[in-house]
Amino acid sequence: MRPLTEEESKLVFAKLANFIGKNLIQLIDRADEPYCFRLQKDRVYYVSESSMRLGISVARPNLVSLGTCFGKFTKSGKFKLQITALDYLAQYAKYKIWIKPNGEMPFLYGNHVLKAHLGRITEDTPEHQGVVVYSMNDVPLGFGVTARSTVDTRKLDPTAIIVFHQADVGEYLRDEEALF
Amino acid sequence: MEEEGGGAFELPTAEEREAEKKAGTGEVHVVQRRMRECVRILGNFGKLGAKGRSRSEYLEQLIADISNYYGYNEFLAEKLFMLFPVAEAIEFFEANESPRPVTIRTNTLRTRRRDLAQALVNRGVNLEPIGKWTNVGLQVFESSVPIGATPEYLAGHYMLQAASSFLPVIALAPQRNERVLDMASAPGGKTTHIAALMQNTGVVFANDSNKARTKSLTANVHRLGCKNVVVCSHDGREFPKVMGGFDRVLLDAPCSGTGVISKDASVKVNKSDRDFMLLSHLQKQLILCAIDSINPASKTGGYFVYSTCSVTVDENEAVVDYALRKRPNVKLVDTGLEFGREGFTSYRGKTFHSSVNLTRRFYPHVHNMDGFFVAKFKVEKATKKSKSEKVEVKAGRKDVEMEVEEEDIGFDSDEDQKYIEESKRKALKAKGLRVRPRNQVPAPNSSVAAAA
Repeated sequence: MRPLTEEESKLVFAKLANFIGKNLIQLIDRADEPYCFRLQKDRVYYVSESSMRLGISVARPNLVSLGTCFGKFTKSGKFKLQITALDYLAQYAKYKIWIKPNGEMPFLYGNHVLKAHLGRITEDTPEHQGVVVYSMNDVPLGFGVTARSTVDTRKLDPTAIIVFHQADVGEYLRDEEALF
Repeated sequence: MEEEGGGAFELPTAEEREAEKKAGTGEVHVVQRRMRECVRILGNFGKLGAKGRSRSEYLEQLIADISNYYGYNEFLAEKLFMLFPVAEAIEFFEANESPRPVTIRTNTLRTRRRDLAQALVNRGVNLEPIGKWTNVGLQVFESSVPIGATPEYLAGHYMLQAASSFLPVIALAPQRNERVLDMASAPGGKTTHIAALMQNTGVVFANDSNKARTKSLTANVHRLGCKNVVVCSHDGREFPKVMGGFDRVLLDAPCSGTGVISKDASVKVNKSDRDFMLLSHLQKQLILCAIDSINPASKTGGYFVYSTCSVTVDENEAVVDYALRKRPNVKLVDTGLEFGREGFTSYRGKTFHSSVNLTRRFYPHVHNMDGFFVAKFKVEKATKKSKSEKVEVKAGRKDVEMEVEEEDIGFDSDEDQKYIEESKRKALKAKGLRVRPRNQVPAPNSSVAAAA
């Protein structure tokens, strides 16, 4: 476990900013308790400093996880957000999209979001913007990247893709082995 | 009774049983009837027992029939049979054949029970609160969708968890801002329950010695939104060394699983005497490590909960009793669970500490949940004072004796010689050194000598 280097933090923050924009500051300067980012076996964890201090006493090979896992660095050095970060993304998301009940299961199986399943979407969402996907009763289901801006989606036919899938909560079942 | 079954019931003799064994297992309805008759006769042996046949013959026959009829190995059938009165034992074996109800626990970090129940009812799930003793549990009667793959499940609104698994956490009663250790935590049902009760404050250490199982543990911790959990993979016995000073510790010890036979029937045949010995040895090591990890000076806590999903005495009361003897600064306290049977204070010639009745046992045929055992300890500061007090008490006792028979005191070194030898051997053995075989008859009460 170690703090992120400057380059690593840049990569992580760039990815997060795509979803939560300026709310990133809320993650770093928290009112309740100081929190920090830590790297452990290629994975980035967001954890309260008090937990981190106690976690230090666990040896590196034995430490499996602490706090919330945000994602991991791939072997090629890119940072990939994982579904486990959904809690914080959903809390601070700038752009959101709600999908209808009939679109829930297809999305949870790892498919992209189609226009036909679109329930609601934040006004003026630009193209290629990170968005958090919710069900109609406000349960966060995953996140992805918009294919078109809000204005352009109006003209699309029902089978067109509007959000490219990045992660969904179905991965807890499908990819439990690969997640950690 | 005798008339309906076609002739009076007669217990087969040893030779007849031997013959039946050779011919293969008897017919099911014959065995069933024989079991019923044995239970009836054993219930009132003085009146109903046949002349010239002993009680143990009936018992032997009954146990043999149980192991045959329900498919247990004879050792385990006898072990479980001895836990109960005769009629109740049959109920217990019968209950192990039927599955327990599916139950789920609401994740209070994400939702409320009422909202969750509503959401699941809308998906075609028929459910109801478990009982008055928990305000987060729901019992599922039938469901048109797989209950472990609904969007609510994936979003972490609930955890699939047996009702019995709620009990140790309720007994532990973690408070906000505490430091809690779950020593054998995978797959995380109890860990996430603890985190939910602490409302994501303080810190929970979730340990499991099996690295492969920590994956599902971590996944569950994240799915249910527990942000104060540190997952690590140590052998539980390393624990006070890795980290100590916990306010509360939960040890859901690895066990034989005799309480969950309805879930995993392989227990019926694959457990032998040796398994029970190894398991209880491990449990005794773990329980001491768990007690030593607790900070006795904790302002809010200092509690330790020991639980197993087993019903046998040597994994439960015997282990608790061992801990009480080894650690004079711990004592049993009330578990805070309003139901369950009291633990045994004596069992088949063994006598346990009198406070062992504060522990709680749960049975499938009584409580309709898995067989379970929960004990709650309070760890106090190990004070020198209490020790000296004890010595004083002992000394006081001796004084009284001395007054009575004053001539007898004084050392007889010849007589003590064999005791001294014996304790020297013991000390060497404890160090792991090889001891030469003794060439004289072992002293009858060497334990007394060792204590002296």
